[in-house]
Amino acid sequence: MNEMRKAVVSVLGNDQRGIIAKVTRVLYEHDVNILDLSQTILSGLFSMVMMVDVSSEHCDFDSVSRELSALGEELGLQIRIQRGEIFDAMHHI
Amino acid sequence: MFNTSDIWETLRMIDHQKLDVRTITMGISLFNCVTDDEKLLCSRVYTRIARQAERLVEVGRAIEREYGVPIVNKRISVTPAALISGGIKHPEKLALALDSAAKETGVDFIGGYSALVHKAMTEADMRLIQSIPEALATTDLVCSSINIGSTRAGINMDAVRLMGQIVKQTAERTGDRDGLGCAKLVVFCNAVEDNPFMAGAFHGPGEGDCAVSVGVSGPGVVKVALEKVRGEPINVVAETVKRTAFQITRVGQLVAMEASRRLGVPFGIVDLSLAPTPAVGDSVAAILEEMGLECCGTHGTTAALALLNDAVKKGGVMASSNVGGLSGAFIPVSEDSGMIHAAEVGALSLDKLEAMTCVCSVGLDMIAIPGDTSAETIAAIIADEAAIGMVNNKTTAVRVIPAPGRREGDVVEFGGLLGHAPVIPVNRCSPAEFISRGGRIPAPLHSLRN
Repeated sequence: MNEMRKAVVSVLGNDQRGIIAKVTRVLYEHDVNILDLSQTILSGLFSMVMMVDVSSEHCDFDSVSRELSALGEELGLQIRIQRGEIFDAMHHI
Repeated sequence: MFNTSDIWETLRMIDHQKLDVRTITMGISLFNCVTDDEKLLCSRVYTRIARQAERLVEVGRAIEREYGVPIVNKRISVTPAALISGGIKHPEKLALALDSAAKETGVDFIGGYSALVHKAMTEADMRLIQSIPEALATTDLVCSSINIGSTRAGINMDAVRLMGQIVKQTAERTGDRDGLGCAKLVVFCNAVEDNPFMAGAFHGPGEGDCAVSVGVSGPGVVKVALEKVRGEPINVVAETVKRTAFQITRVGQLVAMEASRRLGVPFGIVDLSLAPTPAVGDSVAAILEEMGLECCGTHGTTAALALLNDAVKKGGVMASSNVGGLSGAFIPVSEDSGMIHAAEVGALSLDKLEAMTCVCSVGLDMIAIPGDTSAETIAAIIADEAAIGMVNNKTTAVRVIPAPGRREGDVVEFGGLLGHAPVIPVNRCSPAEFISRGGRIPAPLHSLRN
């Protein structure tokens, strides 16, 4: 088992059916494990943050990133995946 | 670690407040290329740079993709060319080699067509300086910097006089592009050896074989943070800047460590400078105005800038294991939409800019002056700025553009990150006799300070 490598998936945009289903399908296909998830809707705006583990040997970070961006364009949402260290660095000493 | 509001805050900073890493700069020593055979020197330099920096752009892009933070520039700095070109007669050939190597690696700029002449000039320094107009007119990516003074050595007034002429000639050689060559030429006092920012970057003789350094940015993030403390006392402003600078610098440190690991090259420094771009919302002037000034350049600007510069350092120092470079706030006029506006409405003069350089990280930067400004006046501007650096033990620099054929009130367009600038008037009384004296201003006394 590889050491865990955390990343953050963020989704922002107009709410519609199937967002979580479609995003998680991409993650599942790339063997990305979801560790934690937070989702809300504020005046029609869908916002979701997922903490995921991208350490699997079947997971190519760049491909996940490309597919999520493509999905975002298709759904008219902003979807991206970023390595977790950046959030940790900015907000924790 | 999982705090959604922190995550959204970071994403807002990147998307709306233009948080970015301004540059990853790889410093490369060229001492092992030295020979007195001109062709061999050039081919060694080309090969050394092309091999060492082969993966720099690729790695920069990968980090950008994975962390989701834009890395605006990838750059190379090299050993000052005058230190390795002593055996050859035509250093401009070396400039061409640097330019081709930079293009091969895909970087945005290469810095180090430089000489350190703060006390005196060698023959090689002289040849290099005299070749600058030719070198900057015939290359695209090469940047040049000359150190003409230091706190320990004083100011080399022969070099100052010469640099006045060189700036003028460089403008004329690139007259068809409004003197763009001068945007790639900096005259320093107390130049630092590990500055990752252009046009003044070079890999100092005290550095190792290779190092990667990072220059952070983020004036927009500071401005937005200050919007939340409107009307509060000024010490609250200082604390807010500090906290924000800490966050920005942590991103820089993370990117620097990651770049160092992936490239297999030692981590150099993080430069904490707030570097503006012409984009709206990425302005240092806007931060000063957010503090309560109607327009940057009015009375109070120097005080506001002093606070900003100091608070950026205080916040950043704790966020990085190695801080260096210029570290502070940059005030390049043409690269900052707020500065451009202030100059256009007449609130920002050359004299006020000079005063501001006493308390910020660099100097008179990216300022368009009338094309008919004499070489002596430019030399005198350099001497004034160097004096501020020498006496105050800080780095100062001059990067002015005497745009050929342009007069006060005209606008000079440089394009891209270099922006555009209104031509600012200079004092018309002549300093020619003072400049023609040459010699050296002795190093200042550092006791009995008042």
